[in-house]
Parts: sequence; C-alpha cells; structure tokens
Amino acid sequence: MIEVKKLVKRFGLKTILRGVNFTVQPGEFVALLGPNGAGKTTFLRILASLSRPSLGEVRVAGYALPGQAAQVRARLGVVSHMPLLYPDLTAEENLFFYARMYNISNPALHVLEVLNLVGLAHRRKDLVRTFSRGMQQRLAIGRAVIHDPDVILFDEPYTGLDQDASEMLDEVLRSVASQGRTVVMTSHDLVRAEDLATRFDILSRGVIAASSTKEALQNTNLLAFYKQALAD
Amino acid sequence: MQSKPIALTVLDIVSVIVLGISTYLALVFAPTEAVMGDVQRVFYFHIGTAWTGLLGFIIASIAGIAYLVSKDMKWDRFGVAAVEVSTVFFFLTIVLGSIWARPAWNTWWTWDPRLTTAAITELIYVAYFMLRQGLDDPEKRARFGAVYTLLGGPSAILTFLVIRLFRSIHPVLTNAAEKAQETMGMTGNMKVAFFFALFAFTVIFIDLIWHRVRLGSLQEKVEQLKLNASS
Amino acid sequence: MNPDIFTPRDTARPSFPGAVLAIIQKDLTAEFRSRELFSAMLVFSLLVIIIFNFALELDITVRKSVAAGVLWTTFAFAGTLGLNRSMAVEKDRGCMDGLLLAPVDRSAIFFGKAISNLVFMLIVEAIVLPVYALLYNEMRILQPGFLGVILLGSIGYIAVGTMLATMSVQTRMREILLPILLFPIAVPVLLAAVKVSGGLIAGAEWPEILTPLNILIVYDVVFVSIAYMVFDAVVEE
Repeated sequence: MIEVKKLVKRFGLKTILRGVNFTVQPGEFVALLGPNGAGKTTFLRILASLSRPSLGEVRVAGYALPGQAAQVRARLGVVSHMPLLYPDLTAEENLFFYARMYNISNPALHVLEVLNLVGLAHRRKDLVRTFSRGMQQRLAIGRAVIHDPDVILFDEPYTGLDQDASEMLDEVLRSVASQGRTVVMTSHDLVRAEDLATRFDILSRGVIAASSTKEALQNTNLLAFYKQALAD
Repeated sequence: MQSKPIALTVLDIVSVIVLGISTYLALVFAPTEAVMGDVQRVFYFHIGTAWTGLLGFIIASIAGIAYLVSKDMKWDRFGVAAVEVSTVFFFLTIVLGSIWARPAWNTWWTWDPRLTTAAITELIYVAYFMLRQGLDDPEKRARFGAVYTLLGGPSAILTFLVIRLFRSIHPVLTNAAEKAQETMGMTGNMKVAFFFALFAFTVIFIDLIWHRVRLGSLQEKVEQLKLNASS
Repeated sequence: MNPDIFTPRDTARPSFPGAVLAIIQKDLTAEFRSRELFSAMLVFSLLVIIIFNFALELDITVRKSVAAGVLWTTFAFAGTLGLNRSMAVEKDRGCMDGLLLAPVDRSAIFFGKAISNLVFMLIVEAIVLPVYALLYNEMRILQPGFLGVILLGSIGYIAVGTMLATMSVQTRMREILLPILLFPIAVPVLLAAVKVSGGLIAGAEWPEILTPLNILIVYDVVFVSIAYMVFDAVVEE
C-alpha cells in the first residue's frame, strides 16, 4: 500500500532523511517511533504529499509522489497534532466543507455517519471553537476519514490530550483502523503504540533503524526493542 | 576550496581600467555642456548605473523563472547576486540624479517617472531582502524570493507607465527632465563618453555579479562543512 | 462499528468551480458568524476617513481633488487587515494543510481565497462609499463607472495581496511583512485607480482616463495570471 525506496529529504543543506526504505502491506497498522528530530513528521508530510522528496521513490495507494499527488490525495486521510478545523464553523459545517472538497455524493447523509462514528452527533450544531481538545481531535479524525481513504496517516494524535480523551481517541482510532485500512502513526507514546499497532518501525538519524511485527516481538517488550534499536 | 579563477582576476583588472578610462572620458575628455555646465558630467555615470541597475532587475526576474522551473539553487544565488548589485547601482543612480537635479532644476528630488520608478524599485528590493530574512529554510527562501522578483518585474514597468500620467501635477519639472534627456544634443566626444560609460558599467556589473555568485557558493560550502563537522 | 455503515460513494475529484465555491462559502459562513475581520476592516476604514478629514483640512476645493486618493489609501490599508486575517485563519490551525490535502487544483485554492477576500473588501467598500458620499456630499462616487473602477482596482490589489499574504504568514515576521511586500508591488494598481477615479470625480472626458484605465486592466490581467501560474510555488514544500 505504501512503498518508499531510498527516500532522501534535504532542507537546504541539512539532510533530514538519508535513504529511508519503508513498505507497508494493505491492512497493516505501523507505529513509526523515534526520538524528536528523527524526521518522523517530515517523513509523514512526504507520504501525505505535503512535502516533496529530494530523492528516491514514493508510492502511496499505488500512485507515485509527487507526480500523481491528486490521485494519492483522494485515497489518503491525515490527522496531525493540529486539528485542521475552522473554529468559527460548526462540527457539521466543517465536515460538510471537507466533504465538498473531496466531492462526496450525498454529503449531508455522509457527514452524519461520520459524526456518529466519532461520537459527536449530539454536538453537530456547535461551533468547533467551543470543543475540548479531545473532541476537536475526534472531529479531526472524522475529517480525515470523510472520503473513506485507503490509507490513514496519524501524526502524534495524542498530543495535548488528557487520560480520558486519549482513551476515547483510542476507541475511535481502533474503529477507523479496523476497516481494512492501512495506517501509519507516529508517536513517542510507546504504551499506546504497543496497544494499537501491528508493526513497529524505528526511525533514527534519518533511516529506519529497526522494524518488527507484534508477533515477532512477543517475548521481548517494545521498550527494550526501542532502546536496542536506538543504541545500534 | 577552489581558488579564484584566472578569468575573474582578469575581469577585475579590466573593470578597474575601464572605470578609470570612463572617469577620464566623463570628467576631462567630454566637452562641458553649454547650458548646464560641469554638473552635467554626472550624467555619464548616472546613465551607466541606471542601465546596470535595470539589467540586474531583468536578470533577477529571469533567474527567478529559471529557479521555479529547475529548482536549482544556483539560480537562486544568481538572482540574489543580481538583486544585491542592482540595489547598489539603483541607489547610486538616485544619488547621482539628485546631484544633477539640484543645480539643473533647483531641487534635490523631482517626481520624474524614471526617478520615482527607481525609488520604488529600491523599496521592492528592500522588501525582497526582508522577505528572505524572515525565512529559515533555504529552499523556501529561494522559492519565495523567485516569486517576489517575478511579481516585481511587471509591477515596475507598470509603475513607470502610470507615473508618467501624473506629470500634469509637476509640469515644469518633468518636462524639463524629458527635454534634458531627449534634446541634450550630444556632440561626438560626449557620445564617446556616454557609450563608454555604458560599456564600463556593464563590465563592472558582470564582475560584481560573478564575485557575488562565487561568494554565495563558498558560503554554502562553509555551511556544509560546519554541518559535517558538527554531526 | 463495521464498514457497512458507510454508504458507497465515488471518489472522483471535485470540479474546479466546485472547489472554488466550497472555499468561498466556507469563508463567508465563518466570517458572517464571527464578523471579526469584517468589523475590523469597516471600523478601521471609517476612522481613517475621519483622520484624513482633519489631517488634510478637507474644505470644499481640496476635497474634490483628494477624494480619490483618500478613498484608495483607506481601502488599501483596510485590505491588508483583511488579507492578513484571512490567511492567518488558514495557517494557525493548520487548515492550509487541510486544503492542500484535498484532491483539488492548487489554483482552485488561490481563486477560492482570493474571491472571498475580494468579497470582504467589496462589502467594506460598499458601506464606506455611501458614507463618504453623504459626509462630503460627493454623489459622483456612486455613479456606475466609479463603482466599476472600484471593482477593477480591488481585483488587482486582492490578487497580488492574497498571493503575498500567503507568503508573509509563513515567515517569522508574519503580519508585519504584508504591507511591506504588498505596497511597492501594488503601486501601479493603486495609482491607476486613483487616476481614473479622480478623473471621474472631476467629471473628466473618456479619452482623458482611458490610459490609466488600460493600465488598470492590464495590471489585473497580468497579476491574476501570474498568481494563477505560481501559486503552487508559495504553498507547496
């Protein structure tokens, strides 16, 4: 579903990604872990078609980036640590706007479905301005799945959420991921990642330093694996 | 580190020589203008700097387009060099123009279309440098810089055209300015000084741009070495 | 929750006008609810006109010759307020990324934002002009030709302004930088607009204002085309 070969990204003279190879099979839930500044967000922005690769090959949902960005965008949902929502619009209006941007037929009905999915149907007429951080993040997930994407990218979705909100987000995340979608999530919360993902990749110094599926990890814990990968 | 190319050294020397000759032609060789007197001699350098300033402006726009098409940083270095050199030359043009205007029209400044356009172009350049300064990512800096020079070109042309329409507000001065340049009635020796000044400043301009582009690539190398050393 | 709750739908990309319209409606809905941008622009415009009144001692003779200049200066300043605000809204919560993630043409985003900015500016102008006309008994500024010039001038100003505001919100200086970037580039459109509107107030004949009118139109065409062509260079990384 995602295929990245020898990806290099430079910002001016600084090389952030130094030859990343990364493949994700359909239906996998990959947690992309790594210390701050390892290039997780940069990598995700490239997968999201928001940033161009300097070198290398990137294919998402069968289309090449940046050449076929429009086709990729139509099949891709992104949740970042910013909500990407308009505070002066209601929950419903926000989703309706994005539904139009993705040319979804029968948007009104669909918006309601999505609001039910993220558990915000009762607040649909309220301004996003009045929402708590957790509710905004759930609505942001609703926004990201409004066009039923094949691939979903989460960039630190738990940033700024308290315990309750995080648990509620867990639930929404799980239901969104369980529908055969391919998911890549960056996080530095190892506990949450261990709980949700089926595979763990560790990005360090601009390359994937280690990768392991949940099954292969059965007898060691994720923290040990993470520390081992960074130490190498 | 590569040493200074011989061609550049030669060009440096040629620049100094042509500047010397041009100074001689302007100050000694050319006859004193009958109406305006000696102050008219400023005109040769005034035209020389104005012409190269304009050249730099055009080159910057072309480099901007080339950068946006190719995304090659060398075009950005070229564009910055052209803008920087052009900024200095336009500034000189305005100063020399003022020196000339004072005795000719009894004022330091006239809202003549050429002068005003040069001044507004200077402001576009200042904005260009402020824009670049506000951006940390060199790639974005190059991209935004290119877009801004692209907007600046047509705007400067239209500014010139539109300010000409306002001449009715300053009829005496602007008409005098037009006349001074169109009916100057240059004699043979004046023409020699005039065209040689154009030639001399073009050589100096190329020399300066070359230096600036070279400085830009050396700067980049230093940054690269620093990064390598620190990581 | 199972996948069947989603009704099937096609994932075709929205048409160009469809995307433009969606962005305009989104901006207008948000703005008519909060009225933050709009009220700031309007109050600011009226204050500027009052200040001009006393600063220039607008007696009846002076008034006629400077009316066009006063009006366009006011609109230009109020315009930068609106442009900054409109782009900051997109930048602050990452909404610009949201727009860029949608499978629409980048130029559709430009036209969407530019047209909603234009609408805000025209609404402010539609209120300021009659107020000015009443205050100074200058009914000529309400003639159709004059309103046409207001429209032409605003189009060019907003096209360049939207482009430059998109750039300036991405810099460290943000709001402060917009007027510095915009005014030198907008000199021709503002001066041509002043020239034409001044001519109309003075009751000039057509041939007299034809040249600045042409420059105004050329500016609009040239800068809308440039913005259309290079907008993706200011939003994509």
